[in-house]
Amino acid sequence: MGLPARRQEDTEARVAHLVVPDGAAWATEVRKQAVSRYLAMGLPERRDEYWRFTRPDDLNAPQAPPAAVVDFKEAPAFGEVDRLKVVFRDGVFDAEASDDLSCEGLEVERLQSATAHDIHWSKDVYGVLEARGQVPVARPFAALNTAFATDGIVIRATERVSKPVNLIYLHENPDSDAILHFAIKVESGADLTVLENGPAAARFNKCMEVDVADGGAFHHVRAQGRDHERRAVTHMFARLGQESAFKSFTLTVNGVLTRNEAFIELVGDNAVSHIAGAAVGDGDFHHDDTVFVVHDAVGCESRQVFKKVLRNGAVGAFQGKILVKEGAQKTDGYQISQSLLLDEDAQFLAKPELEIYADDVACSHGSTSGAIDEDALFYLQSRGLPRPEAQDLLVLAFLAEAIEEIESEDIAEDIYGRLEGWLQRRRQ
Amino acid sequence: MAVLENMAEAKDGVDQETVDAVQSLSATYKHGWETEIETDYAPKGLDENIVRLISEKNGEPEWMTEWRLEAYRRWLKMDEPEWAMVDYPAIDFQDQYYYAKPKSMAEKPKSLDEVDPKLLETYEKLGIPLKEQMVLAGVDGAGNSPYEGRKVAVDAVFDSVSVGTTFQAELEKAGVIFCSISEAVRKHPDLVRKYLGSVVPQSDNFYATLNSAVYSDGSFVYVPEGVRCPMELSTYFRINAENTGQFERTLIIADKGSYVSYLEGCTAPQRDTNQLHAAVVELVALEDAEIKYSTVQNWYPGDENGRGGIYNFVTKRADCRGARSKVMWTQVETGSAVTWKYPSCILRGAESQGEFYSIAITNNRQQADTGTKMVHLGKNTKSRIVSKGISAGRAQNTYRGLVSMHPRASGSRNYTQCDSLLIGGKCGAHTVPYIEVKNNSSRVEHEATTSKVDEDQLFYCRQRGMDEEEAVALVVNGFCKDVLQALPMEFAMEAQQLVAISLEGSVG
Repeated sequence: MGLPARRQEDTEARVAHLVVPDGAAWATEVRKQAVSRYLAMGLPERRDEYWRFTRPDDLNAPQAPPAAVVDFKEAPAFGEVDRLKVVFRDGVFDAEASDDLSCEGLEVERLQSATAHDIHWSKDVYGVLEARGQVPVARPFAALNTAFATDGIVIRATERVSKPVNLIYLHENPDSDAILHFAIKVESGADLTVLENGPAAARFNKCMEVDVADGGAFHHVRAQGRDHERRAVTHMFARLGQESAFKSFTLTVNGVLTRNEAFIELVGDNAVSHIAGAAVGDGDFHHDDTVFVVHDAVGCESRQVFKKVLRNGAVGAFQGKILVKEGAQKTDGYQISQSLLLDEDAQFLAKPELEIYADDVACSHGSTSGAIDEDALFYLQSRGLPRPEAQDLLVLAFLAEAIEEIESEDIAEDIYGRLEGWLQRRRQ
Repeated sequence: MAVLENMAEAKDGVDQETVDAVQSLSATYKHGWETEIETDYAPKGLDENIVRLISEKNGEPEWMTEWRLEAYRRWLKMDEPEWAMVDYPAIDFQDQYYYAKPKSMAEKPKSLDEVDPKLLETYEKLGIPLKEQMVLAGVDGAGNSPYEGRKVAVDAVFDSVSVGTTFQAELEKAGVIFCSISEAVRKHPDLVRKYLGSVVPQSDNFYATLNSAVYSDGSFVYVPEGVRCPMELSTYFRINAENTGQFERTLIIADKGSYVSYLEGCTAPQRDTNQLHAAVVELVALEDAEIKYSTVQNWYPGDENGRGGIYNFVTKRADCRGARSKVMWTQVETGSAVTWKYPSCILRGAESQGEFYSIAITNNRQQADTGTKMVHLGKNTKSRIVSKGISAGRAQNTYRGLVSMHPRASGSRNYTQCDSLLIGGKCGAHTVPYIEVKNNSSRVEHEATTSKVDEDQLFYCRQRGMDEEEAVALVVNGFCKDVLQALPMEFAMEAQQLVAISLEGSVG
């Protein structure tokens, strides 16, 4: 089934100036297939069901809309955490700014170098999980990423890695259009934490593939924040083996357009997947969390917790789906999406979906939207708290359920601290 | 009975005897017989001439014919919707009869006494008495209903035509107009012209447009200002003729401060081929008016292998136009091979209210994609959605809904609860809600759960001497309680039995 002529033209124009990187035969094949996948799917349109809440125009444009470089003069995220820094400047790896990455149980390699080898472990991950995640819903920007990503790293954890790997994205060029790809393998029994922060580029397309083997654990905490003009589309593809664990949390503060997609497949029995997000939007802000969790094994647990605080015309969207395949008995699926609308102009759009083909399951979802509780505000004010502070306290309490999904206390503290600071400065 | 075999494997506690007993109970669609009656058909297929012919048979004025033709021309340019989670072979719209009428109805009978006794018999057999001296006597005319003596006016639609409407005289005294829509077009053209298509526009969607072009009959209700309709109104739809689509159109207008409760029932004979039913229902509630619309949909669902059954593609929408108006949709969906139906409310008037209570049961190979849309436009509007989906056998059951709070609908409120129950490991239950909130003073709450029949509850019932089938029926009835309670009493009783019957052969 071909695309309509106009859409096909746009789809081709979008990648006309991009070049498929060189690499080993297998990598070239992976990229070639990704190109055909991308061309077959075509760029998204507002009419597409999967994009009904988010206008993809800025992501579809051949050139990135410029974004001013802003210095917020505040400590970067995770500054207090003992971590291994991997720095990218407008989408290009900066070896000098990065830490020495030798650490027990950890192998890190630049994408170009990994995909140049004829034999490399990343062959089982790179482009493989992304391709799996294209069914049943097309994710054209992820295919584009696999095909044209110019930089990125591959990470392999073979045991418990003592320090988190921190991917830091710096933005210095107002026109940068970065495409980064990460392939991650957590071997059986290994444990890896990946942190991400920074504005990255004027437009940022990021794809992360995470393969967690039996008994492995992967933790992910991301702070997307404080960069007002950013446009970003990110994808996370994960495949979870038996008794493995996957935990991901994202804090999003502002940005013009952010679309975070996650596709999590639980293929081994008793695997656990928690994915959470806290978003605070003020003004020209459109934030979209699109999550797809597939239960394809027995006794798995999945949680989705998404909270959004919106004001001043900010729009928050949530599309979450739990798919329980036939035979995936004893599934425990939970999903909650809530929004707090602080003024009349904010909007919340949600589509929390369940698709279930097994009977012995307990799946539930909830979604609420509304203004801040006046009674609670009144109560706090009656205890002597000024109204703006009382409101911030309630905002923090509202977001707490999502932040609590972070396992490491230090990192959760860091996130709380940032939020508090942000709210406080906003009051002044 | 592959399903039962699987169940037997899956559940160690069930012995062969139970399974056999349950098997012998299945094939329980009660209304699968056919009335042998001579029928006049319009030629098979659909073109402008057929549209004109239907219009002519109904003795319609020119404007109505044009209205139909315009819809038909638009329909030609439309595509069948594919977004619903239902799967069925392509429908050949040229391989259908769009008009079928019992021969004895060639001359419209002037009173019920002149109606062909065969037709009266048909309705009697269905438990729908058309004789005014009789009253609806509960399920299957058992005559033991505690509500004997309560009057219900019935409009009976048989294939493409209305057979008769009871209690018309008595209703007239109250000022209520209750007649077939073809009669209304002739007798009350102003009302019909003003409201027809004002809630569901001609080209609203593929099936509604088709209906606008070829609708043959249906019911029309007008309740004047300040009148509380003295009895329940009801329409009973029966598809009898083979290869015939039924396209009825219902229009209910509740003028300021009025109240009406309307019941709808449907059945069809058991056949191997699929039949199309594409209805449109429009409700208009003006200031302070209240409409209660209840449906028990029991079209033939097809056999356990998915052969035959009705394709039920229905557009139902209410417009709460006036302030403080209220519409309540209640539906029990147990029949049809494929259901595609979203009774909706446009809450335009300030402080208007919309409610939707639904039980959708699918067994064997049935597929249902049903739910509601609550579109809040007016200030301080309220809506409530309670949906219970039960899926057994190899059936697929989807709740699909929209709650939309427009920027101006400040202070509005929605509560949605949709629960699904799965019986057996081969069926599916899905929830696809859309929530769009565009102002902050409105509150929207949505909850959904999916689970299986609780083992402890089943065990408890079994321990008290119930067999497995009864126990499941009881638990399921409990699960549906919130919705059953919203039904008028006569319907609630029928619905309760239907819930049990629909699940026969699905023990889990």
